[in-house]
Amino acid sequence: MSEKPVNHRAWFMVLPVVALVAFSAVLPLMTVVNYSVQDTFGNNQFFWAGTDWFEQILSDPRIHNAFLRQILFSGIVLIIQVPLGVYIALHMPKKGVWASVCLILMALPLLIPWNVVGTIWQIFGRVDIGLLGKTLASLGIDYNYTQNPIDAWVTIIVMDVWHWTSLVALLAYAGLRSIPDAYYQAAKIDQASRWAVFRYIELPKMKGVLLIAILLRFMDSFMIYTEPFVVTGGGPGNSTTLLSIDLVKMAIGQFDLGPAAAFSIVYFLIILLLSWVFYTVMTAEDAKEAKQ
Amino acid sequence: MTEAVAARPSVALPGLRVSRSAVVCALYILFLMLPIYWLVNMSFKTNEEILSSFTLWPAEPTLRNYAVIFTDPSWYMGYVNSIIYVVMNTVISITVALPAAYAFSRYRFLGDKHLFFWLLTNRMAPPAVFALPFFQLYSAIGLFDTHIAIALAHCLFNVPLAVWILEGFMRGVPREIDETAFIDGYSWPRFFVKIFMPLIASGIGVAAFFCFMFSWVELLLSRTLASVDAKSIAATMTRTVSASGLDWGVLAAAGVLTIIPGALVIYFVRNYIAKGFALGRV
Repeated sequence: MSEKPVNHRAWFMVLPVVALVAFSAVLPLMTVVNYSVQDTFGNNQFFWAGTDWFEQILSDPRIHNAFLRQILFSGIVLIIQVPLGVYIALHMPKKGVWASVCLILMALPLLIPWNVVGTIWQIFGRVDIGLLGKTLASLGIDYNYTQNPIDAWVTIIVMDVWHWTSLVALLAYAGLRSIPDAYYQAAKIDQASRWAVFRYIELPKMKGVLLIAILLRFMDSFMIYTEPFVVTGGGPGNSTTLLSIDLVKMAIGQFDLGPAAAFSIVYFLIILLLSWVFYTVMTAEDAKEAKQ
Repeated sequence: MTEAVAARPSVALPGLRVSRSAVVCALYILFLMLPIYWLVNMSFKTNEEILSSFTLWPAEPTLRNYAVIFTDPSWYMGYVNSIIYVVMNTVISITVALPAAYAFSRYRFLGDKHLFFWLLTNRMAPPAVFALPFFQLYSAIGLFDTHIAIALAHCLFNVPLAVWILEGFMRGVPREIDETAFIDGYSWPRFFVKIFMPLIASGIGVAAFFCFMFSWVELLLSRTLASVDAKSIAATMTRTVSASGLDWGVLAAAGVLTIIPGALVIYFVRNYIAKGFALGRV
């Protein structure tokens, strides 16, 4: 493919998007920046507070704990979902009616509203009326996600696996489907083992999409709000209060504008940094593929 | 294990041979379907049956829960409000994203890579960060509790999503087609509508589907930006959760009804679903 021509007038085509996203992203962010450096005693009177809020946020054990819980949650979720998704993709039917049926059924959890995902698991896990809770109770396992922090954690992690593993599986499957049959035939002639086929043919071909899957899963799990909010509401205690839940509590529940704004900025900068890594790695992969 | 390459290894069960792949897939799908089955099951039960007995199948199937939703305005207006702002958002997102995606897929221009990255960061922005500023912004301009406010707020992540998906599809259309059309005397708008849009029709469909989905599934912003007039079904459902004396049957029925739009259209996008979720990068 030849290089794209340079045309600065293309800016006019991009202008509506820039205007719209600037209105809904830059303008609110400016408000946040504004609040993060000021203090108020009400009556719309604001005082310059400098970096006080940032110092307070960065040394607040409450935020530290939320951050650690967030890292733990995202880590566990990735460790389970990525291998499981790849494993399922490897076992999906290659073509025919069953391939379609599998695709449709697997994609279903991805399209359920997030609060309904929470509701489904809230009901499913309840000891008094839920299939899971009731079954575990009848097996003699003491399970109660509203009382026991460990059970609450297991519930939100299983819920996230239920909700999002299909995304990894679908992306890995799309990568697998792009492998020409000739590769498998060559491997057969070489008498390659199943592991060798996976390691030297399937994995390299899936690398691009897997990278996207891992980073999308990381980002989305890092800013998860709705599902744990509906199931546990951040409890019992603060045991499942992840970053977003904590931020919303602070900003809208307690209306602590200054600290919440400083928190928002730190949170956003972390995401920005990770997005940048994502983008750099991805464009590098794209360029490599274009050369081949 | 050379046969592994062509055919998956099989395990022999008494009486029939089942491939391991089928077992893995079936188990996974069973895991996915069980909670949904339980929700559907509960939506057809009376509250007495839900609370007093434990049955895998409704003993006396009832449509009462659905009747409650379809007769109570505070429930069914939730669906109407959601559909209104979701459709508004989809139309706005696709309209502004089409020319932008074309520009990104066809030309290089000043700052294009940075702009593309900046758009991506908005897809990655945590809605929790934006909840409070959006509340203040839309209150200040008098749009709080209106459909357009939620539709515009959801543009934050849907416009970048639409641009990325459409750009992915447009890259697949050879540039020679554009050049031929211009030589044939087509103006750009006419070329775009008459020739180019039909070529990427599936891409537009997929982008619209994903805008619809991500606006439909979002709770935090829609809940923050509406109180009564534009209250979404998601917000209506959480209100019921926090109230005392839960009506589990109605809640389950409401959940089932929110799954239906996605389930209906998923068949049409099944071959592109990976592409959509990967922002067009597959």
